[in-house]
Amino acid sequence: MITVDLQDIGVRALNERFHRLPPDTNERAWRVLNPRGAHALAAGLTQPIVVEIAGHAGYYCGGMNKEANITVAGHAGTGLGENIMSGTIRVKGNASQSAAASGHGGLVVIEGDASSRCGISMKGVDIVVGGSVGHMSAFMAQAGHLVVCGDAGTHLGDSIYEAVLYVRGAVASLGSDCVEKEMTPQHHLKLKELLARAGIAADPKDFRRYGSARQLYNFKVDHAARY
Amino acid sequence: MCGIVGLFLKNPALEPTLGRHLGAMLSGMSERGPDSAGFAIYRDPVPAGWVKITVHHADETYPWGGLAPAIAKALNVEARGEVRASHCVLRVAAPLDAVGCWLKQHCPELRVMGMGETIEIFKEKGTPEDVVRRFRVAELAGSHAVGHTRMATESAVTTQHSHPFSTGLDLCLVHNGSLSNHNRLRAWLARRGIAFQTDNDSEVAAGYFTYRLSQGATLDQALEAGLVDLDGFYTFAIGTKDGFAVLRDSFACKPAVLAETDDWVAMASEYRSIAPLPGADRAVIWEPAPATVYSWSKH
Repeated sequence: MITVDLQDIGVRALNERFHRLPPDTNERAWRVLNPRGAHALAAGLTQPIVVEIAGHAGYYCGGMNKEANITVAGHAGTGLGENIMSGTIRVKGNASQSAAASGHGGLVVIEGDASSRCGISMKGVDIVVGGSVGHMSAFMAQAGHLVVCGDAGTHLGDSIYEAVLYVRGAVASLGSDCVEKEMTPQHHLKLKELLARAGIAADPKDFRRYGSARQLYNFKVDHAARY
Repeated sequence: MCGIVGLFLKNPALEPTLGRHLGAMLSGMSERGPDSAGFAIYRDPVPAGWVKITVHHADETYPWGGLAPAIAKALNVEARGEVRASHCVLRVAAPLDAVGCWLKQHCPELRVMGMGETIEIFKEKGTPEDVVRRFRVAELAGSHAVGHTRMATESAVTTQHSHPFSTGLDLCLVHNGSLSNHNRLRAWLARRGIAFQTDNDSEVAAGYFTYRLSQGATLDQALEAGLVDLDGFYTFAIGTKDGFAVLRDSFACKPAVLAETDDWVAMASEYRSIAPLPGADRAVIWEPAPATVYSWSKH
């Protein structure tokens, strides 16, 4: 375990150390002390290392992550795991708005609540939230799964494409073109797998599924020639 | 982009350290607002029958020494002045109107920043660290404060365009965001007797809350009404003589973090400004919900 005090080294030097690690690195376990809400912590990682942020993280923590396994032992600011490609990001506390925005792959686990716009424009990432999500979550979500063990705020899944949303609690309102869909055995299996990967104990039978009704303008074949 | 902060002390034993903590919070928001900074601090209330007025002049060599004696002589009352860089806090044993009239007639070059019983307002161009140093913020004791660091996007970098804005006695507001109906609202408020010093949208929000409070609303009621009447993006931190409040619009695009311990309540655009506070790592920390009034009061 390599322990780094962020107040000594600073974000830029820390991230440079991460970015220089070769694929066969032996420096595979890191602990970052005193993050104090700094931005861009452990952003742009490309190797399968394990990083623990020992405190609260600022904006864009773990942004663009590939392969790495990042844990925030506190809360995370705006844009957690923004554009994540693969690997895992786990937040022990809450995450601010736009968590896992535009994420292409990998897993983002928020053990507490996520704020508004969680999974906005998600493109394949899997997101599991132990608590609730705020308004406009999964806005324009294109692919991947969003699992919410608590409640969802207003306009869930507005203008959603192919992403799949599972919510255990109440949904304040659904956004345009987002509808409730049947939970088939196949969906129960997928949800069970997602919860197991996230390490969150919940019964898939308690969840409802939501997705696209495919009724918006862009889904109409009559308009295909316009693109 | 801007940074806003607020600190409300629940434990009076911490009051001597308010300025030090406020300074750290403002400095923490330097990257969100490097162009100018300002703050309102609630401290050292004047006795009954006195008023406190903060005035500003761009020239730090302004002959402040003569100001309080001139007011004292003209109005035949006690008056004291305390200079802090480009600002002077006047304490006068006279009605506000009398002092205001005298200042307008005899010192039109001075700009009134704020007035009331406890409020003092300071704002200036420069980085937050600069502003904190020039106003000797660390030495200020008090019960609560709000502050702002500005990254100018829509109007010039001037002291006048810096926050906070105060349009009523002991009321002060800092704003991150932009209002879209401020011109119409400014005209509506002006017809109801609210005076404005600038064309800034945030000053209109301050004027709006001043108006609602003057009509008998409580702070919470005024803020609830604001959710209906103010159109645009905003996170506000608001100070009154004995209260502190935070409000976000229903879209909540503009960031805000609240933190509370047994000793204090703090609000900041980002956690970076809360981290330096004593016991921050053990504070209850949450993001204020959209369109929800959060308020604290000394009583």
